[in-house]
Amino acid sequence: MTTDGTGMACKALAVVGWLLCTAAATAADRVPVPGGEFTPVIAPGPNAKTVTIASFDLDRRPVTNAEFLSFVRASPQWRRDRIPALLADQSYLAHWSGPQTLGPSAEPEQPVTHVSWFAARAYCAAQNARLPTWYEWEYTAAADGTHRDARQDPAWRERILGWYAVSAARKVPPVGQGAPNVYGIQDLHGVVWEWVEDFGGLMVSGDSRTQGDPDKLQFCGAGALSTDNREDYPILMRVAFLSSLEARFTTSSLGFRCAAGNTP
Amino acid sequence: MKALIPVVATWLLALLVPPVAAGAQPGLNSSATAGGPSQESLGRPQGPPVHAVLASPPNVPPPVHRNYPARVIVDLEVREVEKEISEGVRYTFWTFGGTVPGSFIRVRQGDTVEFHLKNHPNSKMPHNIDLHGVVGPGGGAASSFTAPGHESQFTFTALHQGIYVYHCATSPVGMHIANGMYGLMLVEPPEGLPAVDHEYYVMQGDFYTVGKYREKGLQPFDMQKAIDEKPTYVLFNGSEGALVGDRALTAKVGEKIRLFVGNGGPNLVSSFHVIGEIFDKVWFEGGTSYQEHVQTTLIPAGGAIIAEFHTVVPGSFVIVDHSIFRAFNKGALAILRVDGPENKAVYSGKEVDSTYLGDKAGSLQAVSAVAAATEKGTPTLAQQIAAGQALFNGTCSVCHQPTGQGLEGVFPPLAKSDFLMSDLKRAIGILLNGLTGAVTVNGKTFNSVMPPMSQLNDDEIANILSYVRNSWGNQDGAVSSADVAAVRKSTQRPAGAAQ
Repeated sequence: MTTDGTGMACKALAVVGWLLCTAAATAADRVPVPGGEFTPVIAPGPNAKTVTIASFDLDRRPVTNAEFLSFVRASPQWRRDRIPALLADQSYLAHWSGPQTLGPSAEPEQPVTHVSWFAARAYCAAQNARLPTWYEWEYTAAADGTHRDARQDPAWRERILGWYAVSAARKVPPVGQGAPNVYGIQDLHGVVWEWVEDFGGLMVSGDSRTQGDPDKLQFCGAGALSTDNREDYPILMRVAFLSSLEARFTTSSLGFRCAAGNTP
Repeated sequence: MKALIPVVATWLLALLVPPVAAGAQPGLNSSATAGGPSQESLGRPQGPPVHAVLASPPNVPPPVHRNYPARVIVDLEVREVEKEISEGVRYTFWTFGGTVPGSFIRVRQGDTVEFHLKNHPNSKMPHNIDLHGVVGPGGGAASSFTAPGHESQFTFTALHQGIYVYHCATSPVGMHIANGMYGLMLVEPPEGLPAVDHEYYVMQGDFYTVGKYREKGLQPFDMQKAIDEKPTYVLFNGSEGALVGDRALTAKVGEKIRLFVGNGGPNLVSSFHVIGEIFDKVWFEGGTSYQEHVQTTLIPAGGAIIAEFHTVVPGSFVIVDHSIFRAFNKGALAILRVDGPENKAVYSGKEVDSTYLGDKAGSLQAVSAVAAATEKGTPTLAQQIAAGQALFNGTCSVCHQPTGQGLEGVFPPLAKSDFLMSDLKRAIGILLNGLTGAVTVNGKTFNSVMPPMSQLNDDEIANILSYVRNSWGNQDGAVSSADVAAVRKSTQRPAGAAQ
């Protein structure tokens, strides 16, 4: 894959031009992800193991508080004091000091959290974009710095697990600190959970031990979770997390990024 | 026996009906528990709803003291907390109520329990709860899957009395349990439990960290070790220090103690034992039958027992998983400290400890050699060290370890020990007369008891000390029999020690 051009430039200008680069990066810094064949952790069907991912574009980094603030200013119906309860729960943007102010608990470069799926979708739509699908997200997140599918590499797994071991009560790091993966995309692991367009289709039974129950096949479109490969559990935990959500839910470690192209 | 127990037999009845013959199993009342009673037979909940009092380990909530079923509201909060698992070792525990094990829940058989599971907003993971005391799919797990910052509610009737494990059942289940997500719920029989002086709550669990045992820093969970069932730690109440020192369980002589002991697993089965005690009764598997006069009882992963015993003599009683390497090398140690007057009729303390060689005599050739040399008045330092090593291995290494490293927090090290090397007379005195109370060795405090080695003569003590003071990085001259004799003459033997 190509080198991360913006990242290189930013490094070169690190001292004098940091703000400039940041500003450049905020305007839909979206990276092309070439499509391909992919084996997701959840088999797409009873007799299928792989899915074909069409090429699409994905945000280099999660959406930040600063970016979401400008969206809320432009679209005040998404302010926390105006949003209908149907579209976001009580803790929507609760870490901001005001409906239009970030304050000390929400730094501009931290990823925005406490956002509902509805709000995340609206934000992306306002950028002429959309949320990525689960398969798109999983496909991109399988990469490390050199491989498009690094899932069998223990180092890749350990980085993810390292994040699980860090209490969410600790401060969320700012975006853009993580090493870019082979596509030049950052922070897919180690910063926040991320909404996906079709999270509602990721049905993990509330009682995960029934996942082998054949009854589940009837309503769980993706089929029973395959835990044959024990190395998959870092990703399965993300599936479990997403499946605990309703579209209006918000949590302190759940953010999002946008995708574009190949509208599913 | 079985036929004599009426259908409504309970623990209380099981308590009251004595076994007909030694070894008989009291109260195997299968008819009473087959399928459990119906909710109707237990009565409808009465009165205003009651909020359950939860307790953090090792405490147990007070008895229910209610002679009717009620609607009981349980509020249990899931919190992911970073805490010490061992000194200087941190771990992110996932907890029910902020502790490992989780809050103890106590209700009465027949109660209708309105359960609120709250997942703290700072949680990273979704969680749920499977209560083994619940009859229903998943034990509540399917109805309690809760995202961070949210709350789930479900209601059940406590049909069966007993002591029940609860745990998280979110994928991957083993990881959630390994991170500390388990606890106990007691469903009291309608009559309640007989009064005792102390009730304590202890739960064993196995833990899997990327780093080695006692490797410092924040340690992430190691899935591979968990799959291989090779725990880094086996612990009571979630940390090595949970039930020792200032936090030891306490009682007085002549008191009755009831332990609720669970095993969260995720993998290991516990051979639960209190060193120096015999359980009067153990309700094994948490059921209505009990066994009497039990030394060690098996607690399956995801199971629990109730044990009752009474204290007779004072002292520190060490609680272990008698799969004993877990106790001394993985942390499965807790202390029950019993204070009160000695009862010499029951337990004298050490009276006599003389050498018995048996067929080990051959291995003590070095001892014979030095003894012969000593008689001629000419043992060399090398002879003394060789003899001292054989004696040390037979007498001292159990506690101080074969390499003199001791056991952290329990038995002081001898290797490179400032305490040992700085004062020879004191060292001789300790072997002769024992040592009780706090000492500081290499900057660390140890507070335990070494009995007097009254079985050793002056030559043997001289040889042992010559060995330990010239091994593992220690260096000093020989210790002579005359050195020992001088200290023996100038100090008082403790009561009970052979003179």
